[in-house]
Amino acid sequence: MLLREVQKILDAEVLVGAEKLDMEVHTAFGADLMSDVLAFADSGCLLLTGLTNPQVIRTADVLDIAAIIIVRGKKPSPETLRAAADKKIPVLSTKYILFESAGRLYEKGIVGSAQKVDGRRVRL
Amino acid sequence: MGAVSACEKWLYENSFPVDGGNFDDAGRVSGRIKTILKEMGIENDVVRMAAVITYESEINIVSYARHGMIRLHVLPEYVEIEVVDEGPGISDIRLAMQQGWSTATDKIREMGFGAGMGLNNIRNFSDIFHISSDVGSGTRLKMIIHIQQEQNR
Repeated sequence: MLLREVQKILDAEVLVGAEKLDMEVHTAFGADLMSDVLAFADSGCLLLTGLTNPQVIRTADVLDIAAIIIVRGKKPSPETLRAAADKKIPVLSTKYILFESAGRLYEKGIVGSAQKVDGRRVRL
Repeated sequence: MGAVSACEKWLYENSFPVDGGNFDDAGRVSGRIKTILKEMGIENDVVRMAAVITYESEINIVSYARHGMIRLHVLPEYVEIEVVDEGPGISDIRLAMQQGWSTATDKIREMGFGAGMGLNNIRNFSDIFHISSDVGSGTRLKMIIHIQQEQNR
């Protein structure tokens, strides 16, 4: 699916990266705890989160996450948006809650970056 | 700076300082280490493991220590990351390694950390993990990530 379609499904506002909406995405991970994102998200996936500080961008950058969807209508700080622009990571904001956002994307074919985890993943 | 000749086998060796309390800075060193390893052509899994380890380590240093140093050694067979900090130390390492155990402040939790996962993530993303700590002095971590040569190429 194109990021442009994700934007449509979630009725999202593009805050950073309007030029990257034709990027292909297939998987997603959702969490507010960045340690769990680091542990379980995969490169190239969408990150759905309610966290809005610059650590979200740094976490996404560490993992080569494709794009960030900020849920629950939250607006990141200018500092966060600057960090995203620097790292060329698209940031979209949707008013849907995390559960709704995930459900709507899953319904259209986006799957989890992992289905289940066993708490320990050494080699990915 | 950069590639060094102190040991013939080292492909790369460098140390990166991290200031305690500087939350805005957390992630800067892991970003650099990721770039360095990528440019060396190290396999993606290893780059990611090293980046996660160093990022969680930076978060730990800015959250709890006065000052820290992250040392990166790259050898043909493995990547070695050493994290040494000057800080309060950990009195009960077994407890600190327990998932969910944390002494994090609200500030740390607001950043999306402090849920008692950091040391676990560091251990899980290492092939070899060693931790030691002196209360009142600091904590020392040493991690090894094996490079699976040729296998994946």
